Amino acid sequence: MFNLERWEEIFETISKNKLRTFLTGLSVLSGIFILVILLGVSQGMQNGISTQFQGDAANIIYVWTGVTSVEYKGMNPGREIQLRNKDYDQIVRAHENELEYKSSIYSTWGQMITYKKEAGSYRLEGIYPDYQFLENQSMIKGRHINVLDVDHSTKSVVIGKKVYDDLFKEEEALGKYVKVSGVNFKVVGVFSDPGGEREESRVFVPITTAQKVFGGGNKVNSLSFSLPMEDDFDKATAASVQFSENLKDKLKKAHDVAPEDESAISVNNSLENAKRFYELMSMIKMFFWFVGIATILAGVIGVSNIMLIIVKERTKEIGIRKALGAQPLSIVTMILHESIFVTAIAGFLGLFLGLLLLEFIGPMVETEFITNPSVDFNIAITTVVILIVAGAFAGFFPAWRAARIKPIIALRDE
Amino acid sequence: MIDIKDLHKSYKTGATSLHVLKGINFNVKEGELVSIMGSSGSGKSTLLNILGMLDEADAGSYHLDNVPIKNLNEKIAAQYRNKFLGFIFQSFNLINYKTALDNVAMPLYYQGVSRGERLDRSMAYLEKVGLAPWARHLPNELSGGQKQRVAIARALASDPKVLLADEPTGALDTKTSYEVMDLIQGINDEGKTILVVTHEDDIAHMTKRIVNLKDGVIIDDSFVKQVRAKDHV
Repeated sequence: MFNLERWEEIFETISKNKLRTFLTGLSVLSGIFILVILLGVSQGMQNGISTQFQGDAANIIYVWTGVTSVEYKGMNPGREIQLRNKDYDQIVRAHENELEYKSSIYSTWGQMITYKKEAGSYRLEGIYPDYQFLENQSMIKGRHINVLDVDHSTKSVVIGKKVYDDLFKEEEALGKYVKVSGVNFKVVGVFSDPGGEREESRVFVPITTAQKVFGGGNKVNSLSFSLPMEDDFDKATAASVQFSENLKDKLKKAHDVAPEDESAISVNNSLENAKRFYELMSMIKMFFWFVGIATILAGVIGVSNIMLIIVKERTKEIGIRKALGAQPLSIVTMILHESIFVTAIAGFLGLFLGLLLLEFIGPMVETEFITNPSVDFNIAITTVVILIVAGAFAGFFPAWRAARIKPIIALRDE
Repeated sequence: MIDIKDLHKSYKTGATSLHVLKGINFNVKEGELVSIMGSSGSGKSTLLNILGMLDEADAGSYHLDNVPIKNLNEKIAAQYRNKFLGFIFQSFNLINYKTALDNVAMPLYYQGVSRGERLDRSMAYLEKVGLAPWARHLPNELSGGQKQRVAIARALASDPKVLLADEPTGALDTKTSYEVMDLIQGINDEGKTILVVTHEDDIAHMTKRIVNLKDGVIIDDSFVKQVRAKDHV
């Protein structure tokens, strides 16, 4: 392999057969290049979709209450169950380490909100700061409700984009005061929600403020939690199911609800969503793997094809070389050496160009569904190696056959 | 130099077997210039291929420089070809992407001669055939006669025991043919053993001995008075 004479011979052959070398190289180069781009886009799509779903807290667990349907401990069915702050506090205390985001919600419907002459009726919810992440809200302007707001029961309000459009039109909203049922609230932020207009026609205030101002006392309407994302769907499911069962049991016990009563306390963990998310992810992965493998296969076939043609084209040359004293092995190694050299150089060049493109174009891609396209370098290297090995194998058999042809027959080849 | 006894060769095509060489007995001493003549189908090319170790006989013995040529595998055949034989073909068989110089250097490459020495020696042979100024040219930039000269230089490069020429003038016009024959005669004058296969009478008479083949047997083997090609150029 490190025989200088042989290298000289190969470089000479390569430089004298520029077109052939160029075409072989090009097919390998473009194959690897396309594969790298493909893998990059696949990764980008996974990243993009993953952030979309993760923001929406794919594994959100939502708790709300209704009326009992089963007689229990001497109490009649039809009793209304009311969640309170202490329920939330207990759960948070017990599961502090498992939870990613948590919030209790005190909701009021149809609050009249006015700014100057504009007015509208919107849903108002008292929440904890984490609620922003549970709902995947992003700030258009200003900030969301924060811990200080909750601690000091400030009269701060975060309004949805729809509310902003209705009340403020184009006007600056931050720092302005809106009246909610006659009470002044200072607008600290405007949010948008992937849920669209329905979700954006809401306003949020600190839960402490909501309970004080709108007569909630220590009442809570619902609880919302999320668990950290796991890479493994089964694990995520198991954790989520366990947590919600646990939650249900605890709350039923605390509120004297029959264990079999399904209507008094409802826990919905959005596993359906999560399942869809994971299925989508694995579909995308599978799709790109399929396309990727097909691309490699096409590349391998392309390389094999070119190798066959090269060997065919060189049959006469092989005959001449053999007549002049070339041994069969030297013919095989000559052809393989050349092809491996060309495919390797072209393969790594394609890899390099692909990575370069991803590096420069990647950050410029501005769609929700593709973020940060990148390639696992090891996978890319592996593909290049596979292609080189495949090319060598593809070239080996025709080269071997050509080397075994009697020189007299090879010489007759025109 | 060459010693052939009772050589047989037949080709099988399907069910029929074609007996091409039917017991050839043939000797060539060192320094001879022999032409093998015969119409097509007489077996002259087959004989040359067997002599050139490009093909193997079915029966009989073949000694080249007292070395028995028998049951050769590809590897040893390649070694022997490289060491003992130089080939000159009708269609030149130069490698078309290599310069004249590199073509001449090919046999030396397979002998493992280093590049510097290879090129020096090749250049000397190109000079010998009068093509030193064309050393850097590719075959398709050369005329037919020049190509054959390059091929002759290549055949000489490995300093073989025997030169085998298969219709060396078959693709050339008369004038160029004679020039090439003049070169071959010159090489023979220096003592090289040369076998020429031809079907042209005038070319055959430029050798020292004519062997006539017909239907796989030698019908005539006689020494002739050599016609010097130079006189006709």
